[in-house]
Amino acid sequence: MIDLGSFIVKAILIVPAAAAALLALLPDDRTTARLNVLGTLLTLLCAVALFFVRPEPSLFLIVDDVNVVFIVLNTFVGFTTSVFSATYIAHELETGHLTPVYLRFYHAMYQTLMFAMNLALLANNVGLMWVAVELATLTTVLMVGIYRTPQALEAAWKYFILGSVGIALALFGTILVYLGSSAVLGEGLEAMAWSVLVKRASAFDPALLNLAFVFLLLGYGTKVGLVPLHAWLPDAHAEGPTPISAVLSGLLLNVALFAVLRFKMVMSANERALAPGPLMVTLGLVSVVFASFMLYRRHDIKRMFAYSSIEHMGIISFAFGMGGPLANFAGLLHMIMHSLTKSAIFFAVGHIAQVKGTQKMADIRGLTHSHPTLGWGLVVGVIAIMGLPPMGLFMSEFLILSSTFSRQPTLAVVLALGLLVALGALLRHLNGLAFGDAQGSEAPAQASFMPMFTHLALVLAAGIFLPAPLVSWFQNVAGLLR
Amino acid sequence: MDRLALDIAHMFAGGLVLVSFMLLYQDRMFSLINIFALHAFVVSLSVAWQAHIQNAPHLYVTAAIALIVKALVIPIVLHRIIVRLGIHRNIETVVGIGQIMMGGIGLVALSILVMLPITAAEGTLVREDLAFALSVILLGLLMMVSRRNAVGQVIGFMSIENGLILAATGAKGMPLVVEISVAFSILVALIVIGIFLFRIRERFDSVDIYALDRFRGEQP
Repeated sequence: MIDLGSFIVKAILIVPAAAAALLALLPDDRTTARLNVLGTLLTLLCAVALFFVRPEPSLFLIVDDVNVVFIVLNTFVGFTTSVFSATYIAHELETGHLTPVYLRFYHAMYQTLMFAMNLALLANNVGLMWVAVELATLTTVLMVGIYRTPQALEAAWKYFILGSVGIALALFGTILVYLGSSAVLGEGLEAMAWSVLVKRASAFDPALLNLAFVFLLLGYGTKVGLVPLHAWLPDAHAEGPTPISAVLSGLLLNVALFAVLRFKMVMSANERALAPGPLMVTLGLVSVVFASFMLYRRHDIKRMFAYSSIEHMGIISFAFGMGGPLANFAGLLHMIMHSLTKSAIFFAVGHIAQVKGTQKMADIRGLTHSHPTLGWGLVVGVIAIMGLPPMGLFMSEFLILSSTFSRQPTLAVVLALGLLVALGALLRHLNGLAFGDAQGSEAPAQASFMPMFTHLALVLAAGIFLPAPLVSWFQNVAGLLR
Repeated sequence: MDRLALDIAHMFAGGLVLVSFMLLYQDRMFSLINIFALHAFVVSLSVAWQAHIQNAPHLYVTAAIALIVKALVIPIVLHRIIVRLGIHRNIETVVGIGQIMMGGIGLVALSILVMLPITAAEGTLVREDLAFALSVILLGLLMMVSRRNAVGQVIGFMSIENGLILAATGAKGMPLVVEISVAFSILVALIVIGIFLFRIRERFDSVDIYALDRFRGEQP
């Protein structure tokens, strides 16, 4: 009998890869969107099965407590985004923004991106993880530039240049890690397997690990969008198709941060090495404060939410940098909540921008009057992202702040300031967008509301009540992260 | 290890740093591309020599890829693109060449100061190889920030990749994954040259990225 666990793990990778190949070949633009949804649904089902059967880690792939929830989250948001993308893309075809040829390319790239992100999460071999992150970067660069407008090209070019420099630094860091581990473990694949690295890290040369971590943090941190390495992020979010903004913010930033976390675990397993916490706290705090002030002077709705993503990635890095069971718990929760909320917001924004024909916030007013469902969806989403109760993000931000207050009150004050500034900015913009007299087109939106409301319902549910098994699982992982 | 083998490995790695410096001060498009071809040629020699002294035949593949793709195909393609687009004029750098060279010297000193103490436990070959590799990477970064031109930036990026190949082959017995990934990066370079240069030309009549910076999308 074949090993069911390893079969499922392979299926998570093979389904999107096969779907990508199929979608690249099929000419018909009706069925392809449905096929795209079907592919992501199958991947999601395989990922959920990982809760029940778990394969032994091999030298290339691993499923452990840390990555299993990210894989499920990744495939889940991948699925809901593909549902949203089906209506979004149908509208783009109607209005002639995209031609059928580009649509084929878009769908194939979407599945390739899913494949790359799943591979990055599943990879045990740190080199393989690097390849996967690079593939994900490449596919998103191509998708950001898909509209071929001057702005889209500029965004794609900037993203490509900054992203690949980041990726290059991360590779150098990976090589240094291998150098440190091969001195202890000997040459070969074992010296690159993360599960082995974590166990044996205490014997590695601390100086090499320190230097490696700096490169890895800067490299993958570029992909996370930490200030001052964030310059690509707002442009890439604003100029690409909205489904891509949703997966960029909701998933790809998480994947890059996940890579940083993997190496942070190796670092903290070695007592003589530099503590990775303060570096992450600094970058995180700078990102929060910078992004929250930048939120004020935005004119483009997608660009504004991109800055909000920088802010939240900052909060998450801050939480993991602080470390300790409580802050790690909150960081994990925040990662998941942000991912669900931000993609829900982009679902709303995508339809809003389509129906109004613009992304300029000055031209979008009174949404709750002209398009009540979309408007209120956006209001709920923004309330969640501001960290107001009763949504899930309130709980995670509250936990981060309270655990920091008891340990480093000064840092907590700065963080709280950043959060308040961001709240003010978002509130001000939301007021204009959602309320007042309606402006612009009032044509009914052809929208799929299901993905947006599913996400928001989950975020609300998590804010009100977290089931006990989930909490104990979070605590377990938070303990592993240290 | 054989003294001579070590010296030859150093010669190639040091030569690569030297060619990186040459890349910094090129002010004509064609000479920039020619020097990049030389850069890739030196890296392929260096990798081939590593393959020989480490008894690692799979590294010959990496050397062959570097030689064929980066030293021959990409320069020829870039050459053609430039002729077709008619952009073989002089290229501007952001600051003066003197300052760039001084900065480059500082970066090499920095990487030697950083790498040598850290890798004290490793063999001489690995230590100096990594110090040179970091120098090439930093010089490539310097080149990318000091060029206004899209072609200059792509070449800067590819020289960073050459530095990474040098580092990866210097780390003894690093598994094949890295070779796959390097091949990957070459693919990236090709895609970018193909897609971006043509589209940038299509839209702007220029590959000067300052033309791109006008479109910030930030006007109210």
